[in-house]
Amino acid sequence: MAYTEEELKKELETKEYEYGFYTDIESDTLPKGLNEDIVRAISKKKDEPEWMTQWRLEAFRAWKDMVEPEWANIHYKKPDFQDISYYSAPNKKPKYESLDEVDPELLATFEKLGISLDEQKKLAGVAVDIVMDSVSVATTFKKTLAEKGIIFCSISEAIQEHPDLVRKYLGTVVPQKDNFYAALNSAVFSDGSFCYIPKGVRCPMELSTYFRINQAGTGQFERTLVIADEGSYVSYLEGCTAPSRDENQLHAAVVELIALDDSEIKYSTVQNWFPGDKEGKGGVYNFVTKRGICEKNAKISWTQVETGSAITWKYPSCILKGDNAIGEFYSIAVTNNYQQADTGTKMVHIGKNTKSTIISKGISAGKSQNSYRGLVQVNSRAENARNFSQCDSLLMGNECGAHTFPYIEAKNKSAQIEHEATTSKIGEDQIFYCNQRGIDTEKAIALIVNGFSKEVLNKLPMEFAVEAQKLLEISLEGSVG
Amino acid sequence: MDLKEKLVSSFMAFENNVDIDHFVHDIRSEAIKNFENKGFPNKKQEAWKYTSLNSLLKIDFSIFPKEVNALEYKDVKKYFLHEIDTYKIVFIDGIYSSYLSETTHDGVDICLMSSALTKPMYKAVIDTYFNKVASGEDSLTTLNTAFSQEGAYIYIPKNKAPKKPVEILHFATGNEANLMLQPRNLIIVEENAELQVIERHQSLTSNEVLTNSVTEIYAAKHANIDYYKVQNNVKSASLIDNTYISQKDTSTVKVHTFSFGGKLTRNNLNFYQDGEHVNSTMKGVSILGEKQHIDHHTLVHHRQPNCESHQDYKGIYGEKSTGVFNGKIIVDKIAQKTNAFQQNNNILISDKATINTKPQLEIFADDVKCSHGCTIGQLDEEALYYLRSRGIPKKEASALLMYAFANNVLESVRLPALKTRINKLIANKLGVRLGFEL
Repeated sequence: MAYTEEELKKELETKEYEYGFYTDIESDTLPKGLNEDIVRAISKKKDEPEWMTQWRLEAFRAWKDMVEPEWANIHYKKPDFQDISYYSAPNKKPKYESLDEVDPELLATFEKLGISLDEQKKLAGVAVDIVMDSVSVATTFKKTLAEKGIIFCSISEAIQEHPDLVRKYLGTVVPQKDNFYAALNSAVFSDGSFCYIPKGVRCPMELSTYFRINQAGTGQFERTLVIADEGSYVSYLEGCTAPSRDENQLHAAVVELIALDDSEIKYSTVQNWFPGDKEGKGGVYNFVTKRGICEKNAKISWTQVETGSAITWKYPSCILKGDNAIGEFYSIAVTNNYQQADTGTKMVHIGKNTKSTIISKGISAGKSQNSYRGLVQVNSRAENARNFSQCDSLLMGNECGAHTFPYIEAKNKSAQIEHEATTSKIGEDQIFYCNQRGIDTEKAIALIVNGFSKEVLNKLPMEFAVEAQKLLEISLEGSVG
Repeated sequence: MDLKEKLVSSFMAFENNVDIDHFVHDIRSEAIKNFENKGFPNKKQEAWKYTSLNSLLKIDFSIFPKEVNALEYKDVKKYFLHEIDTYKIVFIDGIYSSYLSETTHDGVDICLMSSALTKPMYKAVIDTYFNKVASGEDSLTTLNTAFSQEGAYIYIPKNKAPKKPVEILHFATGNEANLMLQPRNLIIVEENAELQVIERHQSLTSNEVLTNSVTEIYAAKHANIDYYKVQNNVKSASLIDNTYISQKDTSTVKVHTFSFGGKLTRNNLNFYQDGEHVNSTMKGVSILGEKQHIDHHTLVHHRQPNCESHQDYKGIYGEKSTGVFNGKIIVDKIAQKTNAFQQNNNILISDKATINTKPQLEIFADDVKCSHGCTIGQLDEEALYYLRSRGIPKKEASALLMYAFANNVLESVRLPALKTRINKLIANKLGVRLGFEL
């Protein structure tokens, strides 16, 4: 983090929400509201086979009877689900072979976001499947991946071209009726990413997708399905930014990870949706269901850096089904101003000798509320299950809150579970020490926060770690009195 | 007719029978209304997620004992802390037994709730304290409030300390099949005063007993209270124990809960820190087997700055028993410089036993030190091996280790006689003769 003071200052001044712009691209948007016809229409627009339409309808019917969950420690005005348009896609969607064919306005958007496609292409091994308002418009490195037999495409493409795989795995980890938002997503998801790593293949590059909400008043319903076949390895990156808007936007994504025997999936997220302005106006509602299932000897590792969204409701989970499976969760959640985050994980130990690690760091500043909510469950047949959880919270200012709700359920006598949590503020002596050595308070805080988050930052792939560190600093600007 | 209806419909009859001023009458009527609206808690409520009352509520409990039963001291002597001299407030099937009790009005009041509620001389105290810290929302507490009539009343004036500890004992004789008891205790310790209390619920029968107890404790400035709850009841007895404690500046309250018995035990222990430099300590040991169920729900609400709270709960669960721990610490915005510590350690010694634990922190102040830790594990194999290599049989060795595990909770017990008693109970519960006095 080699910033000069001026650079940082300048960055902070302009930081309100640096990605807050809006691209004017004609969109193909469905009327607002949700009913069976809309679900059918979405399915039809995407040319989906009949089984997919039925699958969506099933989810929709279940959703109709469900009520929004209220147990989370968050307060917000509930979205009106009939006042949302459930589909919007950039209207030109040819398949591009080269960048020249891409709508220049779209390219400009990406440039502002700092994802230069050319650069990405050249950059060491990052294939980018860019999702702009739900429809995949550019895929790079596909050919390289194809040679290894890796499928990395949008989920709608996968439904067309690999229906067997999709049909076999879709909804197996997060069933349609799992929860309110998962059911909604299952009914109306517009697009997302699909990834399949064949047996014994080690994916040579980090796979990544950039999401972006664009069309005004459109909810974004992403669906991601990652399948790692026996003995394979993949590292998947997901990063989000969204343009600023007054009206609250809804984001209800579902991510399913399937790690078959001996495989490993590493899923990293940097989430930076628009958090609302200083008065807490606007901002994205982020209600995400993320879950992975580990078969024998498999490993799933979730790493997340959450700095955005007005409301975050997110619990990336691992079901450790097979023997010797490993689940990991590393998280940093930063809330500032009026942001609210209720996030954590679930580790369900079913197989023997399963292990899980949870490291969660919460940083709250301003008037924000930050909650960790986690479940560690050891079933009666999970011999020698092992869990270690650590949740640390850092409070900055006296108007914010930090909360911890860990649930621990053990039904096996050989289980070993440890949980520890601490809440504290940045020590005055620590800041004084830095000041003494000529480091100003703002920088000292950045330094301390960085140290506090190090355990999690270290788990991020290189590309993300740098970005994440920067994000942390920006998000906490002005929170020191 | 289910239990709720039965309780609500018998309220009128109950009201007509007791002679009380309308202040308490209003509180009661309000309370029964709240209970009628809310009913018994069910598993859908977050606070009762892991504890179900359903099987208990199916039992047809009688609400008022029909006859007065007597007990001989020699039959129940073992339940008293007879090694030392104590004040005793004894109830048999919910009715005060003057024969077994030893109360006093000598400088301090150690007597009965029923007289405090009815005699004019106590009116000022009742008006100030009765049902003030107890929840008006919690359905079981309000149920108790509606039927509150009997229990212990303890008032320690400024700068006083009673000569000896106070024992509160509730016996159930079983002459009445399926009895529901609702004792109500009020304890007030004024400035710079001291008190030690031992509370015990004991059933002498295999008939079902359900006790829904509420205790209100007020600790004024510099007050010092030690409260010991001994829960070693028979398999047919269930207890819902609601304790509410309000503490003023620099007071110290310690509550120890020893749970070795009972069918279903639910402890709702609530601390409210209403002054600065308050110290609240709660400790517990639970050793359960068979199909016993224990649920410790603690709440420490830090409402003033510079306070401390300390929680330490240990559990050993065997056979098909279930242990629940839910510890909640709330630190208000104003409660800067709070130091809150919470620990819950558990050992599972059977595959059929279950532990559900949820240590919870809700913190709104920034200059605080709050931490919690919880573990679920087994005895250290190496330690066990060490003991066995020195000729201690496996069973004794593991009992020793479990004793050591539970021991640090006992360290803060200030009554040696009680400490010895609990030690014996633990050794007995672990099923070993250690061959020496612990």
